Amino acid sequence: MVADLILLYAVIEYCKHQRSIDEQHEWSSLSVSILVLMNCGLLIVDHIHFQYNGFLFGILLLSVTRMLQDRYVEAACLFAALLNFKHIFIYVAPAYFLYLLRIHCFMSSSGSVNGIHTRRFLPLPFIQLGILVVAIFIASFGPFIYQGQLGQVLSRLFPFKRGLCHAYWAPNFWAMYNLLDKLMTFFGTILGLAPSSGSGLASGLIGEHYHQVLPSVSPLVTMVITALTMTPCLAKLWLQPTPSHFLKALILCAYSSFLFGWHVHEKAIMMIILPMCFLVVKDHRYFNTFLLISTSGHISLFPLLFQPAETLIKVCLFIAYSMMTFALFKIRSQKSGWTYGCTLSPFQLLYIVVLLLVQVYCTFLHGGLGFLKRYEFLPLLMTSVSCAVGVVWSWLLCYHDFLANQKECVV
Amino acid sequence: MFIALFEHTPALYSAILVSVVAFTVRTCVSLHPYSGAGKPPLYGDFEAQRHWMEITYNLPISEWYFNTSRNNLEHWGLDYPPLTAYHSWLCGAISFQLDPHWVALETSRGHESYAHKLFMRRTVLVTDLLLYFTAVWAFVHVLFRTQPVTHKVGLAAVLLLQPGLILIDHGHFQYNCASLGLALWGIVAVSSHFDLLGSVAFSLALNFKQMELYHSVPFFCYLLGKALRSRSPTQKVTLLGITVVTTFGVLWLPFLADMETALQVLRRQFPFERGLYEDKVANVWCTVSVFVKLQRLLSAASVLRLTLFTTVAAILPSSWALLRNPTPYTFILALGNSSLAFFLFSFQVHEKSILLAALPLSLLAHWHPFASLWFGVLASFSMYPLLTRDRLALPCWALSLLFLMLSLAFLQIRQRRVSPHQKLLFAGCVGLLLATCSLSHLVTPPPKYPHLFPLATSVVSCVQLLGFLGYLHYLQFTAGDGKDIKTHNE
Repeated sequence: MVADLILLYAVIEYCKHQRSIDEQHEWSSLSVSILVLMNCGLLIVDHIHFQYNGFLFGILLLSVTRMLQDRYVEAACLFAALLNFKHIFIYVAPAYFLYLLRIHCFMSSSGSVNGIHTRRFLPLPFIQLGILVVAIFIASFGPFIYQGQLGQVLSRLFPFKRGLCHAYWAPNFWAMYNLLDKLMTFFGTILGLAPSSGSGLASGLIGEHYHQVLPSVSPLVTMVITALTMTPCLAKLWLQPTPSHFLKALILCAYSSFLFGWHVHEKAIMMIILPMCFLVVKDHRYFNTFLLISTSGHISLFPLLFQPAETLIKVCLFIAYSMMTFALFKIRSQKSGWTYGCTLSPFQLLYIVVLLLVQVYCTFLHGGLGFLKRYEFLPLLMTSVSCAVGVVWSWLLCYHDFLANQKECVV
Repeated sequence: MFIALFEHTPALYSAILVSVVAFTVRTCVSLHPYSGAGKPPLYGDFEAQRHWMEITYNLPISEWYFNTSRNNLEHWGLDYPPLTAYHSWLCGAISFQLDPHWVALETSRGHESYAHKLFMRRTVLVTDLLLYFTAVWAFVHVLFRTQPVTHKVGLAAVLLLQPGLILIDHGHFQYNCASLGLALWGIVAVSSHFDLLGSVAFSLALNFKQMELYHSVPFFCYLLGKALRSRSPTQKVTLLGITVVTTFGVLWLPFLADMETALQVLRRQFPFERGLYEDKVANVWCTVSVFVKLQRLLSAASVLRLTLFTTVAAILPSSWALLRNPTPYTFILALGNSSLAFFLFSFQVHEKSILLAALPLSLLAHWHPFASLWFGVLASFSMYPLLTRDRLALPCWALSLLFLMLSLAFLQIRQRRVSPHQKLLFAGCVGLLLATCSLSHLVTPPPKYPHLFPLATSVVSCVQLLGFLGYLHYLQFTAGDGKDIKTHNE
């Protein structure tokens, strides 16, 4: 809890940054404070489930703020330190690397030759950044390298033996892939097309899991797909390196890694949601996307709290947070008369209703119907897949907005 | 700034949001330990409430208040009025349906389990929702009809997030929300000229907890004052009298079979043999005893007479002022004065009784947001020794901080300026109180004075409470005609 003070500090710094660039910063400062500091997901994960994500995300958000303020060296050091705290932040490292490289180490010439901007590589900033980052890594890994344990450390950090999905499937593409595989196996067995296997719809264990019908997926495949999906946004970031593009690219990198990565934990959804809080208070076109990812993301965290006492708390927290988010944006839209309203499309509304119904089933009916023992993995599976739909949907919306929209927004 | 966000959303949406947040805070606090958790053989208030459910559900009414072979009054005998007993019976009945072991006679003593704690916590949550939340919204909606939405919602938020009440009810474990909720319904009703309904509500509150007597004198004076100004005073007074007597009669019916039963019930509620005060409480007598040991100087009967005399003397001025000028505003002021007077000068006062004074002070937030803020923080920290024993120190700080931020936002909404003098006074007094509370964790008291910190907390709180008593009297005597709030009859 004391460590969370850094999250508070990050938010304060962001608000200061807003004050310097925007006269009408009050609403954005208030909103970002509420959205980040009272984030339902963060409260569930950190203070009830227990981890130190508040602390770590505080460092991430501080690093992002520094980047938006054009203080590149500080941002780089903060991020390097962060990587050494929790290597999951490697999900967004490409955005950092490319943006820093482009903006800090290349100089655009003021004129253009035949309409092409030439860029000059500046070795000095590159070396400066490189030394700082390497120094931080050495400070962190030093003792282990000295004792010759680097190999062991790396294998603990990147356990590729743990299987494509966690015991509780993170709501990503592979969850949907797994479900598809199971369904095809199931129907294949019924139709007599494939021999029946031991595992039915009930399994969900950690470990190597081989798909029955669809091709099995190896870590290399996930890495390639992740890299491929990241490429368009990184390309746009390279060609038009602005702070707002950096933020959007960061979010999209987090999305790609979450959706297509190997053994993703559901808590990694916070890496998408929290930076998006920064984005959505400035660029209101992302409101629908934010609402989608926020809702499906937080609901996907529900299985972390399964004790009866905490069930009531998580539901109340979620309702309070969602209502607060909606109210914040409604006020803003009424005040400034946006052309794009703050409403959900009918499909999105339908999706959220279905999501909530699934949760009602999982919490109350599944146990009541006596399926608790026979299909004990079913509620987790349903939660996972239903949220995955939302995550993928919001990712597509986000990507489309990033690539298609030409109008810039100052963040 | 915070509450300005409701400016544009519909009133109902904001009301629901505030209620959900207040409810969420309560559910979070209820995760903490309750009074007497894991401390056999007596445990604490939680065990007392559970025991009452056991007694009322299993035994016939004639045995509830008596010391019998099946009902040992030494182990948390029933010492609240009949309505609490009926409420316990209802909870006991539900409890039995869920798990008979929770209320099994004799064998369930000291029962502690996850599921049972959850059940008990939920009974408080439900009672809170049904009685206190509804009363707060009624108060805000009826008495401040003409105010803008932001003011109403802000006031409700401040009322619903009173740290002391949440900590005691959902932490320590009690049902103050029931009696305070009913009393608040009474206040709403009599302030909007539904006098009969109001007196029924207040009688119910009084029959839930006898401590509501702290509020009874202002109710009496307000109703009498209004009746005397009406067209047919004797008729009104008679009607009110009949209503109150009937309400009491209905509730006490099972106990009026013979004199002995009725007397025993009264004896259980007013245990005069227990001494001037229990524990260190922010009361004048406890403070005086630092310098002068009254119990040694005077006999028990004299002490009783002394407290009676001082309490009555303290109540008289504000009651007289209320009789002469009965308006909703002066009524609330008198409630504050009366409950503070009782708290400071009365016999056998528990530190939790500060909540009875906290209610009217919180209701004054509309007119005096700064005083309300100060009292809210003061009330919760005056109970700090009790909360520390229950391992509720952390929620105390957290809730008080939340309350402080909310109240400051409300101050801005009401556009009240706080003078530098007031700020200095507040910082000094509350700072001193917070210091004594923090020191109790950091420093071990010297062996000669083991109760140094609770006593210091009590003394510092007592001085501030006396200050509030003076301030409220000043307000009441300088109050005008009370035209600033309009209810539907005016």
